[in-house]
Amino acid sequence: MSHDDDGLPARRRFLAGGAAAAAGALTGGLAPSRGRAAEAGPPDIPEWMKVPGADVGSQTYGTPSRFESGVIRNVPQRLKQYLSASSRTPLQDLDGIITPNGLFYERHHGGVPDIDPARHRLMIHGLVETPLILTMDDIRRFPSESHIHFLECSGNPGFEALNGRTASDLVGLVGCAEWTGVRLATVLREAGLKPEARWVVAEGADAAALTRSLPIEKCLDDALLVYSQNGERLRPQQGYPLRVLLPGFEGNMSVKWLRRLNVTAEPAYSREETAKYTDSMPDGTARQFTFVMEAKSIITRPSGTQRIAAGFNEITGIAWSGRGLIRAVEVSVDDGRTWQAAALQAPVLTRALTRFRLPWTWDGRPTVIMSRAIDETGYVQPSFAALTAVRGLKSFYHNNAIVPWRVAASGEVTNGYA
Amino acid sequence: MATPRHGALIGAVILLGITGLAQGTAGLAQGAAGSTEGAAGSTEGAKRYGLGRPARAEEIAAWNIDIDREGRKLPPGRGSVVHGRAVFEAQCASCHGARGEGGLGDRLVGGQGTLASNAPIKTVGSFWPYAPTLFDYIRRAMPMNAPQSLSDDDVYAVSAYILNLNGLVPDDAVLDAGALGAVRMPNRDGFVPDPRPDPGR
Repeated sequence: MSHDDDGLPARRRFLAGGAAAAAGALTGGLAPSRGRAAEAGPPDIPEWMKVPGADVGSQTYGTPSRFESGVIRNVPQRLKQYLSASSRTPLQDLDGIITPNGLFYERHHGGVPDIDPARHRLMIHGLVETPLILTMDDIRRFPSESHIHFLECSGNPGFEALNGRTASDLVGLVGCAEWTGVRLATVLREAGLKPEARWVVAEGADAAALTRSLPIEKCLDDALLVYSQNGERLRPQQGYPLRVLLPGFEGNMSVKWLRRLNVTAEPAYSREETAKYTDSMPDGTARQFTFVMEAKSIITRPSGTQRIAAGFNEITGIAWSGRGLIRAVEVSVDDGRTWQAAALQAPVLTRALTRFRLPWTWDGRPTVIMSRAIDETGYVQPSFAALTAVRGLKSFYHNNAIVPWRVAASGEVTNGYA
Repeated sequence: MATPRHGALIGAVILLGITGLAQGTAGLAQGAAGSTEGAAGSTEGAKRYGLGRPARAEEIAAWNIDIDREGRKLPPGRGSVVHGRAVFEAQCASCHGARGEGGLGDRLVGGQGTLASNAPIKTVGSFWPYAPTLFDYIRRAMPMNAPQSLSDDDVYAVSAYILNLNGLVPDDAVLDAGALGAVRMPNRDGFVPDPRPDPGR
């Protein structure tokens, strides 16, 4: 973001500039520097009280304060290419359970298409009574629903090279939003399912024509065709104008830019459900159709690259489970020797991020802190050692292990895996 | 929403377990509760809203590109290993290497016998379970800078060349729907169902 482009009309910019020159503080082109700026406490009257602020409507689509310009998607550096790649949600900079749309993680397989919704079409065919073609206007005429759910990439993170510095580096391929659309079941029934329907092959209108086979039980349960996220139309990075959302299932199945639903008796066995998104085991086999994202949590504050002071610190983080509700989150502040129940912030919603908190008084001695989630099925988030004892280090997908954070005597927090 | 079929709609909706439906329709829902709907997959009792239009056969054919694992949906056409090499060198080698050894794009060749080792190499030859999936993926997504630009004949040819590089078809092979579907991939039986949750407690 350019700090020069602050949306002020020229006259106001001049006025503000004059006042700022007098106050000697407003530094139009400089990045904010918390350390050097003079404190705006009593007895001084801060300069932003001495001139009118920006006009109403000076930003027709609002953006965060320029002082928050560091809160951005976490884009890996020096990838071989950026068409099939991912960027991560900056989990450590966010509060609550809703991920802002502009910060929601991305995973694309052939870039982000620029789709004209007036020209976009959804075709439903295969084992249906009446194959259909629907416009976006048609789809928005169906009865609509809104639900809050997390969405998570299945490789979040892998099992190797867990050397990320921040919570985002390690587990940033997750976000949570209020999704609005129509039940997939409603649209499938509009075409009329034949009795032998068992799978729905969903295909995107991107350059990868990404294809996944969705089990019919999920399609007729809580699956949605989504056109809005957090109250506004989907962003292009999230599948504009139409995507699938399968709550609790690995993100790759929630096909973006949806153009086609082929109702079938068998899976397509597409590249994305054979060569990729299968979990390699130590014996050389690969688990296939590993849909559910199991219970997981991470402490987002204090977390890697942050620095704390001795005394009171609130520990907070997020927990989620693809199998339903988070029943409890336990936190250890002594490297896993003892665990305490964290408080869960309402609302606690099924297959949604759940915010947890634990008040903590740090005595200033080095330690390791970590959290573990327990979901409504009784499943307990495993340690990395317990998980890899079963799955080895080559599974790549579905690592939901506990994330440890090391706290040094200096208060510096670092990755406990590294 | 007030249509002659409204009651049937509410019945279907309740059976689907939708929550939060407008309370004003509760009475209608009660009245329709007796008209039950069949199991998943049945159309009996399903509400139709009259939205969209029927898809014509030629429209379906134009978009219906997913290929099943047996290759029953493979299109007409054919391609040789020899032609596939020329197409590969022109369209694929810049990312996947001259002989499929990988680069900007995935490695495509080799790795057979490594899957149970500490350094598994997952390629078309070592890992992919079904040859028709190769046709499906190349046609829909490759080359990455110009997907859906190759003819079906060229896709057969490139598929044949990649299989040949992996030692799975001979140098003089010409693949069509039947021949591609008949290629047995080494790792065909290497996939297992999801046994989670694990580890247990």
